[in-house]
Amino acid sequence: MAEREERRFVELPRDSVRLMAESAGVELSDEVAALLAEDVCYRLREATQNSSQFLKHTRRRRLTVEDFNRALRWSNVEAVCGCGSQDSLPFRPLRDSDLFFPEDREVNLLELALATNIPKGCAETAVRVHVSYLDGKGNLEPQGAVPSAVSSLSDDLLKYYQHVTRAVLGDDPQLMKVALQDLQSNPKIAALLPYFVYVVSGVKSVSHDLEQLSRLLQLARSLLQNPFLCLGSYVGSLMGSVLYCVLEPLAASINPLNDHWTLRDYAALLLGRIFWSHGELVRGLYQQILLSLQKVLADPARPLCSHYGAVVGLHALGWKAVERVLYPHLPTYWPNLQAVLDDYSVSNAQVKADGHKVYGAILVAVERLLKAKAQQAPGFGGPEGSPRHSPPGQDPSPELGLGRPLIPGGSGTAASSSSSSSSPPPPSLRDMYRELYDFFGDSLAVRFGTGAPADPPSPPGTSEGARKEPPAEGAARKMPQLTNATVSPRDEEPPPPPRPERPPLHRSPGPPAPAPRDPRTPSGHRPGARDVFQKCRFAPRGPPRFSFVIAGRQTGRRCPGRRFQTSFPQPPGAALGSRYAQRLPMIGRTARAPRRWPRAEYSLLLLL
Amino acid sequence: MAALHEEPAEVAAVQPDPEAGTPPPPPAVPPAAAPAAAPAAAAEGEAAGAGGDAAPPKPAAPGPAASPAALDRQTLVAVLQFLRRSNLRESEEILRREARLLGDDLGAAALSPSSAGLLGGSGSDADAGEALLGRGTGAAAVAIGGNVAVATSSPGVAAVASVPPGKVGGAVVVEDQPDVSAVLSAYNQQGDPTLYEEYYSGLKHFIECSLDCHRAELSQLFYPLFVHMYLELVYNQHESEAKSFFERFHGDQECYYQDDLRVLSSLTKKEHMKGNETMLDFRTSKFVLRISRDSYQLLKRHLQEKQNNQIWNIVQEHLYIDIFDGMPRSKQQIDAMVGSLAGEAKREANKAKVFFGLLKEPEFDVPLDDEDEEGENEEGKPKKKKPKKDNVGSKSKKQDPNAPPQNRIPLPELKDSDKLDKVMNMKEAARRVRLGPECLPSICFYTFLNAYQGLTAVDITDDSSMIVGGFADSTVRVWSVTPKKLRSVKTAADLSLIDKESDDVLERIMDEKTASELKILYGHSGPVYGTSFSPDRNYLLSCSEDGTVRLWSLQTFTCLVGYKGHNYPVWDTQFSPYGYYFVSGGHDRVARLWATDHYQPLRIFAGHLADVTCTRFHPNSNYIATGSADRTIRLWDVLNGNCVRIFTGHKGPIHSLAFSPNGRFLATGATDGRVLLWDIGHGLMVGELKGHTDTIYALRFSRDGEILASGSMDNTVRLWDAVKAFEDLETDDFTTATGHINLPENSQDLLLGTYMTKSTPVVHLHFTRRNLLLAAGAYSSQ
Repeated sequence: MAEREERRFVELPRDSVRLMAESAGVELSDEVAALLAEDVCYRLREATQNSSQFLKHTRRRRLTVEDFNRALRWSNVEAVCGCGSQDSLPFRPLRDSDLFFPEDREVNLLELALATNIPKGCAETAVRVHVSYLDGKGNLEPQGAVPSAVSSLSDDLLKYYQHVTRAVLGDDPQLMKVALQDLQSNPKIAALLPYFVYVVSGVKSVSHDLEQLSRLLQLARSLLQNPFLCLGSYVGSLMGSVLYCVLEPLAASINPLNDHWTLRDYAALLLGRIFWSHGELVRGLYQQILLSLQKVLADPARPLCSHYGAVVGLHALGWKAVERVLYPHLPTYWPNLQAVLDDYSVSNAQVKADGHKVYGAILVAVERLLKAKAQQAPGFGGPEGSPRHSPPGQDPSPELGLGRPLIPGGSGTAASSSSSSSSPPPPSLRDMYRELYDFFGDSLAVRFGTGAPADPPSPPGTSEGARKEPPAEGAARKMPQLTNATVSPRDEEPPPPPRPERPPLHRSPGPPAPAPRDPRTPSGHRPGARDVFQKCRFAPRGPPRFSFVIAGRQTGRRCPGRRFQTSFPQPPGAALGSRYAQRLPMIGRTARAPRRWPRAEYSLLLLL
Repeated sequence: MAALHEEPAEVAAVQPDPEAGTPPPPPAVPPAAAPAAAPAAAAEGEAAGAGGDAAPPKPAAPGPAASPAALDRQTLVAVLQFLRRSNLRESEEILRREARLLGDDLGAAALSPSSAGLLGGSGSDADAGEALLGRGTGAAAVAIGGNVAVATSSPGVAAVASVPPGKVGGAVVVEDQPDVSAVLSAYNQQGDPTLYEEYYSGLKHFIECSLDCHRAELSQLFYPLFVHMYLELVYNQHESEAKSFFERFHGDQECYYQDDLRVLSSLTKKEHMKGNETMLDFRTSKFVLRISRDSYQLLKRHLQEKQNNQIWNIVQEHLYIDIFDGMPRSKQQIDAMVGSLAGEAKREANKAKVFFGLLKEPEFDVPLDDEDEEGENEEGKPKKKKPKKDNVGSKSKKQDPNAPPQNRIPLPELKDSDKLDKVMNMKEAARRVRLGPECLPSICFYTFLNAYQGLTAVDITDDSSMIVGGFADSTVRVWSVTPKKLRSVKTAADLSLIDKESDDVLERIMDEKTASELKILYGHSGPVYGTSFSPDRNYLLSCSEDGTVRLWSLQTFTCLVGYKGHNYPVWDTQFSPYGYYFVSGGHDRVARLWATDHYQPLRIFAGHLADVTCTRFHPNSNYIATGSADRTIRLWDVLNGNCVRIFTGHKGPIHSLAFSPNGRFLATGATDGRVLLWDIGHGLMVGELKGHTDTIYALRFSRDGEILASGSMDNTVRLWDAVKAFEDLETDDFTTATGHINLPENSQDLLLGTYMTKSTPVVHLHFTRRNLLLAAGAYSSQ
């Protein structure tokens, strides 16, 4: 209550009053003018005070001309007209005098009348309802809304964020490409990282929309590729979103026409990329991923597409992951898969098709494992077949705990830098092959050991030129050697052995797709490999079309062998060989998926 | 329609004579009304009536002293004068003939406020014709309507005559002149203007040096003394002294008087005093102070010792000191209760008995079968409902000891559709969420988009099926918030074609072509400040700056009646919880009770010293609460028009009111951002909820009364634990007797949650029957 500054009211000078009187033709004495000025001031204040009442009842914060006019009207004073505009009226001084006047520009009515840009009029008043707080908790963000914290960013960043998200999620593919490219290289977007990560985490809310999912994954990929971004703990969040796409039974997969397989492949690829390039940022990330993949695989209640995701995920994480999780789990998993595959009822058709997908994925994975093993086999001196993203000879596994047993309790011989010593009981290559052969029968052999005969020399054009697999460069260099050395132990292979300059995508697709990434051994390894794969039963035959028996039988296990006969369809111009990796670039073009089925990647695809 | 638009002034002039109506069933009404009317009538209200013990009536009131005959004559003259001013020649002629009065008498007669106050008692039989005419128009009224109409009591009439001074200019201003000078004449005896500052600072010194326990109490004197001394100086045209007096002492006043001080500071001339409302409030009412006997003795002794007559005179003439025995109050206790325009409420003002209990719910004996049929239509299982209904019936059979007699206020009979609605309500209630501190309600927000800052009022039907918005552009817009669109009834021509015997006749009469989500009602000529749905959802009320309250049909979406009477902006209106009656309050400082089928008000509740800003019905429909810009809340008895409670404590104009569902408590919100809780039965403040930072425009209790929700201009909704706020109240005899309250500082404990909107002031709150909280407001971009 202490002293307060005396609030000075605006006071009208008597000169103003006299001026007004003069303009009305009245002469005023000083005294009268002074009295009048005082009175006018008082009346003005009174009117202002009254107008505040109208303000309060209109539930506004800002006093308007309208309020003031109301107060005037109720005190029987004429309202002031012409000041109702929202814009402020600028006062202009008259030069060399103390006169100020409001600017009153002339309006050209003719122009106005002939104007073409007729204002549209105001939008209609409307009521919208939304649940603001559920059970008194949490503010439910409307879908797609900008996270509230974004508003605290600078305007430029905010605009950038809005434009990029709009472009990525929008309809224009060209725009999306530009946006993604910028995301990959823009060094100034670090502040926006949390928001983009948040956007990516939106995958969980659009699981019905493959298009959006793949766009979000591409957004994630761009973020991963941006060398200026330090992802830090956001890796975990990104990983979560990607894993979601890999593993979850997406709403989109209900419709068999939706090519969610491609999406899973792409997501798995991304998973591998996150792991290989950013895995060191989060401790225990690898273990965590393996555990979640294993959990999905071990859960028979999960749909086959989830299992598929788990397998391709393991595959993407490298052969060691396959060895540690998939390989030991195979005996328990097999019977379930077989049951699905052996059920010929019509109602099972769809599930069975899914089962074949899983089957194929497993096949590709174990083949890769075998090849990696083969290269490590004694006598193989060269750089081991490390996963495609790691530079040769530089396996990140040791420091990532790759070698450590997944299941606690296993021996922790992780320190070894050589991955071969990692798994506690490293089965010999031979044992492993034998066991796998029991599962897969000849398909393993054909695809692996004697792939060449099955493959007609496909013209380079048949394979997808659009292969976008990001890490291709690393593998590409070693590819040619592999082709000639490992895959074609015998010399019947049509392509001539030395073809070092050929990029993998144009290579004949003889061996299964993973082959390109698989042991890229120098030609010198050939003999060893051939030894290992001697079990192949079928002599390679020239013609591209043939039929053979897949006899998976598990000796010593209770499962009956799986016997059926199939013939590989020969889609026109398509290679039989797996194009697992080559399909990846097709992400997002879901519309084409059905057409591509006949020549889909896995050799065992059955046309239903 | 036009026929119903009577001259508004006539409402004031027409006296509702006792014998004109149908036989009045509550026989107590007319006699009770008459004596009560006179004192309550004059603008000074209770001050004049009850202030006798502390100070003599004001010298300017010769009325009461005059002989009855002279009094009658004076009254008649006053009435005639009024009629003439209001251009009601015919009525004037009739009255004059009846009274055999000569025209020139009028000129001599002066209309003093006291004579106006007594005007009600005499009653003017001459206007019986007019009154009957009024009844005639309302012939369709149910019997109850007529009964209540009889009771229209005189305070309102008096209030109209004396209340809105200096607003309309012209005739009324002329009338003001004697009024004001009479009031101000008290200032005529003046001391030496130069000594005023000395007097004041002397008293100030005395108070500041007194014992702590007395200082707080005596400090209450500062503000009224300051104001009156300043006004005396101004009135006696000592402008410079007045200014310096103001300069020197205005800083001592409590911060919550700032708004009034600002008005005062601009008042420096005697001429200005005539039209100034705030100033008039000060003159026409006595500022009430509650002081313990000890402190009062101290003050009296001091003033007598010092021979300080100037101050003593003011204390005698302009203050009402309510002396109580016992301990002096602490500063905190005092601060909680003061702040209104006219000081605290007198203790006597809150002594009357209030029947705050709920009425017995009507039992569904007769229509039980009907309901079952309805139930069958809806669920196909009529059997199940019987036990449930019995439960409900047994619950309501217990008569609340605090409830008013069932027929204290005649209430409309339930229609079949009402019963059906009640059944629906019960069904919904069974599925109601039990709220509590652990279980807070979900909040749905209805945002008005593109309202261009024009949303002024919102209401939602009890069943949450419709929402109405009143806008500054004079429109009323009704939206359906369910998939069911709004349809109006077919035209008369089309209706005649309908088979009236068909089962779905109610469906057939609706015009499918008119179905839409939004209906706009045009008719007002000023911002619509208040809206209210009738409980049966057939009618809608809206009140506006244009001085009218309009009744709209939600069947045809047309205006049915325009109720004129306020003549000034009407700030709020609300339907009774039982329908039929409604209340309105406005800038003319009175609240009016209406019945939908009467174009004149049934009651006029006069007594507030400033605008009536909000009005609410008690759940039992026997009482009406009004909040005012004079920073008080009053509770009025619908039966006799008496003011039964005055609550002071808010420091700003009151803008929201809410009764608790059990009728025991009242919550009020004001521009000071505080919510105050009141115990109606004891007439005590029982809680203070601090937290909002701006005007509270919406208050609502949850359906079972566990949660109080408040919505404010500060873009938040806050939820308060009402159960905790009302438990273990200090209602022992001492507290009740003295009105001393000790409020715990527990706002933070009671606050259960604060919920922000993006940029939307909360204008309305509503709990659905299942306790989902709906909030509404217009998005404002700044």
